[in-house]
Amino acid sequence: MADTAVHTGEGTGRAARPGLLNRIFLHNLSGKIAAIPMMATVLIVFIGCTIWTIYFSFTNSRLLPTGKFVGFDQYERLFATSRWNVSVTNLITYGVFSLVFTLGLGFLLAVLMDQKIRFESAFRTIMLYPFALSFIVTGLVWQWIMNPTLGLQGTMRNLGWEGFTFDWIANPRMVLFALLIAGLWQGVGFCMVLMLAGLRGVDEEIWKAARVDGIPTWRTYISVVLPMMRGVLVTAVVLIGSGIVRLYDLVVALTNGGPGISSEVPAKYVYNYMFSGGNIGQGLAAATMMLLTVLIIMVPWAYLEFGGRGRR
Amino acid sequence: MSGSAPTTTPIAGVEPRGPRPRPFFTPKKIMLYTTLVFFSLYFLFPLYVMLVTSFKTMPEIRFGNIFAFPGQINFDAWVKAWTSACTGLTCEGLSPGFWNSVKITIPSTIVSIFIAAVNGYALVNWRFKGSEIFFAILIFGSFIPYQVFLYPLVMITRELGIFGTLQAVIVVHTIFGMPILTLLFRNYFASLPVELFKAARVDGAGFWRIFFEIMLPMSLPIFVVALILQVTGIWNDFLFGVVFAGTQNLPMTVQLNNIVNSAQGTPEYNVNMAATVLTGLVPLIIYFVSGKLFVRGVAAGAVKG
Repeated sequence: MADTAVHTGEGTGRAARPGLLNRIFLHNLSGKIAAIPMMATVLIVFIGCTIWTIYFSFTNSRLLPTGKFVGFDQYERLFATSRWNVSVTNLITYGVFSLVFTLGLGFLLAVLMDQKIRFESAFRTIMLYPFALSFIVTGLVWQWIMNPTLGLQGTMRNLGWEGFTFDWIANPRMVLFALLIAGLWQGVGFCMVLMLAGLRGVDEEIWKAARVDGIPTWRTYISVVLPMMRGVLVTAVVLIGSGIVRLYDLVVALTNGGPGISSEVPAKYVYNYMFSGGNIGQGLAAATMMLLTVLIIMVPWAYLEFGGRGRR
Repeated sequence: MSGSAPTTTPIAGVEPRGPRPRPFFTPKKIMLYTTLVFFSLYFLFPLYVMLVTSFKTMPEIRFGNIFAFPGQINFDAWVKAWTSACTGLTCEGLSPGFWNSVKITIPSTIVSIFIAAVNGYALVNWRFKGSEIFFAILIFGSFIPYQVFLYPLVMITRELGIFGTLQAVIVVHTIFGMPILTLLFRNYFASLPVELFKAARVDGAGFWRIFFEIMLPMSLPIFVVALILQVTGIWNDFLFGVVFAGTQNLPMTVQLNNIVNSAQGTPEYNVNMAATVLTGLVPLIIYFVSGKLFVRGVAAGAVKG
């Protein structure tokens, strides 16, 4: 790898081959020094902290991470805790809906935006601005809109529509959809922008060919254009997916896990056990399960992107 | 949906089929614009509600129409949100949080962009054995949930004696900004002609001279993109602020959440919404001022690996 790069041996010259020590430490010294922050981040944070977290998730640490090794105890307790199980179910439910609707609406809006419409930049500005806002702001605005007494429901009832009900935020069965409305509001515009870039990257010739063959436009989108946008789609799925696993701020701002524990999510479970519950081992076990989830999402992606390249 | 592939040059002898001068109000067009306007209302509605609520008085809000325009524009809620709303124990409004966010965002942005620029430059022009592996792990690591690193980082910052200070938040933002920014700069520097670098080497310029005198002046566009990405990202952060900043240094997002979601007293919705608008103002201004650059920023941020 290094030999095919621009040759930048620092001072060593090509005549005399440098010794082993030289090659490891002194060769291209400036480059190595410059990369120290990156190497330190990789070694200490991404590798070191991950191993640390996994290791201490097998201990019975409570207020401080000093407990003794207890095998899978924390994990058994984790999966015996209803709050954790509710969190996982919530995340799966929210995740499936969020992924489907973000991709679906993002694609639909991108297709609509791709019709050579007037005011395109105005529409794009309107759809994307929520993405600039934080999840805290997003959560608090929608909390206000969905406030059962003074928000949308109260307004409609005051206007004489007595039976109007929109109390999802206070309804344990519907609260995840309240989260979804706010989450989609924040994220769909971004997905639309990605998809629009993908659509614009599709060759005009494809459209001409499809028209010549008399294929209906919607068929062309589904069977020809969508498969051609595979790269953009994979990027979108991975980004949305890793965002879903991290879901935290939005829940804190919108529902704070309530009503009851009906909108708890794993990231919040981890935080609460580590920083306010004083049960670090349990928090670390939950964090390790989150890590495992991401690996399950990432490994097929990495395989498709890097491992499966030979098949095409 | 016919608009996407217009037949521009009719082939000789073949008349273009279909009605040529299309009227604007076709059913298809009406459907198209109706759908777009419907979605636009969904996206605009919260901003409208936030603004009108913040200008109302509490009696007006209790009267109960969130759509209604305020009878009289009233700035009291804004003043209170900024100077005297209660966030947990203190009642100084959002202004301390605003300044904390500024104190966090400026150094984090500068430090993380500088480090990432140097990293990217080293990765492209001064490769060494193993650098690609480090980079791959860095990018892969950026997908791992922050919760996995949270506690060990608390321990590390505690050991360094900076836990509960602004420095800790700055360090954490710098660490987690590194993958995406390094990727951004690596790809940008890789797109610059390598002859420039070679010529400078032949002329005897070293690592830093080439960086400061050749690479940096050529990379203004990518700096702007990185700047937008980092400022909005760090300003909007909640988790790192709440964990690492300590109660005296909470950033604006955390203070905002404390104002709105504190249990005591009757909630003042106008103050809450004014506080929400104030917190969203900085990223919104960046979004509207930078326009297409913001789109480029988030798009560049999206294309990982």
